[in-house]
Amino acid sequence: MAKSRKFSADRRKFLKGAAVAGAATLAAPGETAVARPAARVTAPLQDPRAETGTPPEAEVLTTDHCGSDFMVDVIKSLDIEYFCANPGSSFRALHESIVNYGGNQKPEFITCCHEESSVAMAHAYSKIEGKPIGVMAHGTVGLQHAAMGIYNAYCDRVPVFIVVGNSLDATQRRPGVEWEHSVQDAASIVRDFVKWDDTPISLGHFAESAARAYKIAMTPPMEPVLLVADSDLQERPLSEKDKLRVQKATRTSPPQGDSGAVAEAAKLLVAAQNPVIVADRAARTAAGMKYLMELAETLQAPVLDQGGRMNFPTRHKLNLSGRGRPLIAEADVILGLELTDFWGTVNSYRDQLERTSRRITKPGTKLISITAGDLYIKSNYQDFERYPEIDIAMAADAEATLPALTEAVKRLITPDRKNAFQARGAKLAAAHDAAAEQARKEAAYGWDASPISTARMSAELWAQIKNEDWSLVSNGAGGWPQRLWNFDKYYQHIGGSGGAGVGYGAPASVGGALANRKYGRLSVSIQNDGDLMYAPGVLWTASHHRIPLLSVMHNNRAYHQEVMHLQRMGNRHNRGIDRAYIGTTIEDPNIDYAKLAQSMSWYAEGPITDPKDLGPAIKRALAAVKRGEPALVDVVSQPR
Amino acid sequence: MKSLLLILAMLAGSQNPPAANAPRGDAQNGKTLFMKYGCYECHGREGQGSNATGPRLNQNPITYPRFVAYIRKPSGEMPPYTAKVVNDQQAADLYAFLQSLPKPPAVDSIPLLKQ
Ligand code: HEC
Repeated sequence: MAKSRKFSADRRKFLKGAAVAGAATLAAPGETAVARPAARVTAPLQDPRAETGTPPEAEVLTTDHCGSDFMVDVIKSLDIEYFCANPGSSFRALHESIVNYGGNQKPEFITCCHEESSVAMAHAYSKIEGKPIGVMAHGTVGLQHAAMGIYNAYCDRVPVFIVVGNSLDATQRRPGVEWEHSVQDAASIVRDFVKWDDTPISLGHFAESAARAYKIAMTPPMEPVLLVADSDLQERPLSEKDKLRVQKATRTSPPQGDSGAVAEAAKLLVAAQNPVIVADRAARTAAGMKYLMELAETLQAPVLDQGGRMNFPTRHKLNLSGRGRPLIAEADVILGLELTDFWGTVNSYRDQLERTSRRITKPGTKLISITAGDLYIKSNYQDFERYPEIDIAMAADAEATLPALTEAVKRLITPDRKNAFQARGAKLAAAHDAAAEQARKEAAYGWDASPISTARMSAELWAQIKNEDWSLVSNGAGGWPQRLWNFDKYYQHIGGSGGAGVGYGAPASVGGALANRKYGRLSVSIQNDGDLMYAPGVLWTASHHRIPLLSVMHNNRAYHQEVMHLQRMGNRHNRGIDRAYIGTTIEDPNIDYAKLAQSMSWYAEGPITDPKDLGPAIKRALAAVKRGEPALVDVVSQPR
Repeated sequence: MKSLLLILAMLAGSQNPPAANAPRGDAQNGKTLFMKYGCYECHGREGQGSNATGPRLNQNPITYPRFVAYIRKPSGEMPPYTAKVVNDQQAADLYAFLQSLPKPPAVDSIPLLKQ
């Protein structure tokens, strides 16, 4: 008894009607335990009738609905557009429910070739769209693959809705692989870097936890969340589906800075001679960028955009991101908005045999911080950076606090201060123009070099896209685009990986392009070679799902950051200063990235070594993207 | 004592035009060493520099004594190149290479930098 799929479904009493049969099972646990091995001995496993003892004519082999259909109802209620996943047996029912019961629409199944790619795609999508999509993976091997991607999203404060399959009930597992793919506590491997996880034991529990997970993920600081979808819950027949209720995912309003602290901060900012605003992940949405412009313009204060998000237009006269160090050194008040590293912003650090650091601000400079990071911190992973001594620290969301701060500032401005602000603004505008001119001059150095300079590459790309509605979904070229291009829309820059886990760039650019597709935006990425080699299968995902993307490779044929680290070690030890390339470069043989991309049906050109060939190649690739294809131009480039 | 000499060398350097006091260096060998010893990693193959990794050395007015003093004992982030790994002749070759780098094209002659 109680051993058919039907009865086993009842065992956990998730359906009221089934609870009756289930009660019988529970009433005689010993019997079940004894009966099963006996059945195994006497009958071959592959004959379920022999095992269950169900007469052939009474055996039920099909069901019209299963638990995972209800899970799809829940997921649909969350307005999740896609689920990115490699297929996996531990979530086969959920996969099938998405495709058939859900009609493969909202969510649509996006076929991935690596779980790390699934997560990075979801990570970048969320930064464009402002809400999460889903990732599915095995609770074991899949989640192990996904872990670094999740860590990146966690450090980058991005919501990702992760569902992993697992088979908790040992008596229900298929012999063999399903055991290797089962785990007692699936989430434990990533618990340090997801905001919340749960292992629901009923479908009602799944519904409630899904709503809770979504709400938690979307409350600043936004972070990935994880639910375990037990395979038994997914696969059990669903006969009284209507008794289950999909719970509404309510939203929490983001935390605003305390009004007293806001007033105090406003007082300091208005009185300051040289206030500086530093922003990292300040703007969560397009509105955040607008709020920051309003504050900066009200104060006529310079903004240093550290680039965690698109915080401030690059050609705004108050954008002085290129002059960070001298401005920090002169500042009397520094306002840090969602900074990853406030300490690193106000200290210099020297990586020599003896590691030393030095505060670079003037004595008495006041530091004000607004960050939701102060509301949420964990111990194990050290992404919280060094401890900064802040004068006014608001544990709050910067974007939600900015309007109140700007209002408080406006209330305190006297005509005198207004005049002073105007004079300051004029000086800052001149400094902005000088920095822009300096950037142009610097870009001319190495202009005709081969390998091609990153400045030239950025300028050539800009020439082709500047009249389009573009979005830079991944930037592996450092600061040149920000110095040379006109970024003035929120979706034009989405920040980086967060955790600096290499391999983010390629899948993130495909995920960002997936989000941009429905708006008809041109998605552009500057793709590093080392990054692409982690999981190039995402190129196939782009082709398969018809995701247009223009990818220009910054191919310096190395894990160049590590070349420099090895150089540093050789120099420090007075030896082998000509051997930093060992274990760090990606040469001998050189990789033909155009061929790699072509093998997965991309339009691709390269390797391009002569800068004169670059503009025309990008133009041809862009034409392919406009036809709806992904396209890649492999550019052999200077190291940085 | 060492640091005093360094300061003197730097002072001497600062009073001279860039190439003064430089021993004869072989620019061609300097180019090879610039790649081989990893200078290109942070300063770019053409000495064009990068905001993130190392300043521009092309058209950098640094004098030879300051140059040698700096690479031997950098005051900032740059890894040190002691005499044990880069001898004085090699330093002179590197310097000669940097001096030989051509000026970039005038920025206004590049339409792509006017966008
Ligand atoms: C790991 C990166 C790195 C490497 C390798 C490196 N440098 Fe540097 N270099 C720097 C940085 C960064 C600076 C800026 C000052 C500082 O922080 O030390 C610098 C400064 C300099 C300066 C001073 C420039 C000025 O205007 O004051 C010279 C000269 C120089 N480097 C030459 C060289 C030469 C020659 C080599 C190879 C033998 C080399 N560097 C290798 C990073 C590097």
